[in-house]
Amino acid sequence: MDGILVPLAGGVTIGVASALLLLTTGKMAGISGIFAGTILPGTGSERAWRAAFVAGLVGAGLLIAAWMPEALGKPSASPGLVVAAGLLVGFGSRLGCGCTSGHGICGIGRISPRSLAATATFMATAVLTVFVVRHVLGGN
Amino acid sequence: MRTILSGLFAGLLFGVGLGLGGMTDPANVLGFLDFAGAWNPNLLFVMGGGVGVFAALFPLIRKRTGPLFAPSFDLPTARRIDGRLLGGAALFGIGWGLLGLCPGPAIVNAAVGGPNVLLFLGAMGAGMGLHAAVQKSRVGRAAARELLAPDA
Repeated sequence: MDGILVPLAGGVTIGVASALLLLTTGKMAGISGIFAGTILPGTGSERAWRAAFVAGLVGAGLLIAAWMPEALGKPSASPGLVVAAGLLVGFGSRLGCGCTSGHGICGIGRISPRSLAATATFMATAVLTVFVVRHVLGGN
Repeated sequence: MRTILSGLFAGLLFGVGLGLGGMTDPANVLGFLDFAGAWNPNLLFVMGGGVGVFAALFPLIRKRTGPLFAPSFDLPTARRIDGRLLGGAALFGIGWGLLGLCPGPAIVNAAVGGPNVLLFLGAMGAGMGLHAAVQKSRVGRAAARELLAPDA
């Protein structure tokens, strides 16, 4: 039971944060889109709240490091693998119009067929990738 | 100013939720994605909690004539499930499965996760820039075709 309550509380907090962003700014909490809108040129007045959201996420990391450092973990992999993962996540999330937050939480929460399809797809390829890396190639 | 403060607070709360949910530890995420190993179902509850709360609040918020600090709601309008959506999601999933990091948790870890997280974020930004460049050239080519062969 204990093992379920904390993750559930985390999910509820994420849902409340997404609803709060919608209520105040009218926007979906899709983090890949928010991050792209912060770093890529040509978004104008929309950039300020996006940059603030990203800053809030970074601030949350500092809070977590202070209060529950056990919740953080450093990814361990070769630089080449890290770069490949980052490129795929960045390019793929833009091409597919969203990531775990925009499709997986908000999109499914508002019962969008596109988000259901996208989430099923990325869950499937992620599970397959972990299977190949861990059990076929015998990596981490 | 109010949208900036709203964004900041929502980001902070979202990030704390990711931490509570264990999404900020890539090993935990990989454990969830590893069906053939010692499967860790915890992230199912994170997703369930997030989806459940958002699904309950979304219709209530949408009943309002508009958001508190902006003129109108800005929701996705695309309906078509096409190759771009599924291909993008497929690539995204491969990248997620390689390292256990998706954009939110990577940003939360930016200041505390060490050099690999920063390298990941740099590459993620480059991937996004690459997509923007490809998109731009595609739009440019379509416009050029239109100009050269307006009847086609």
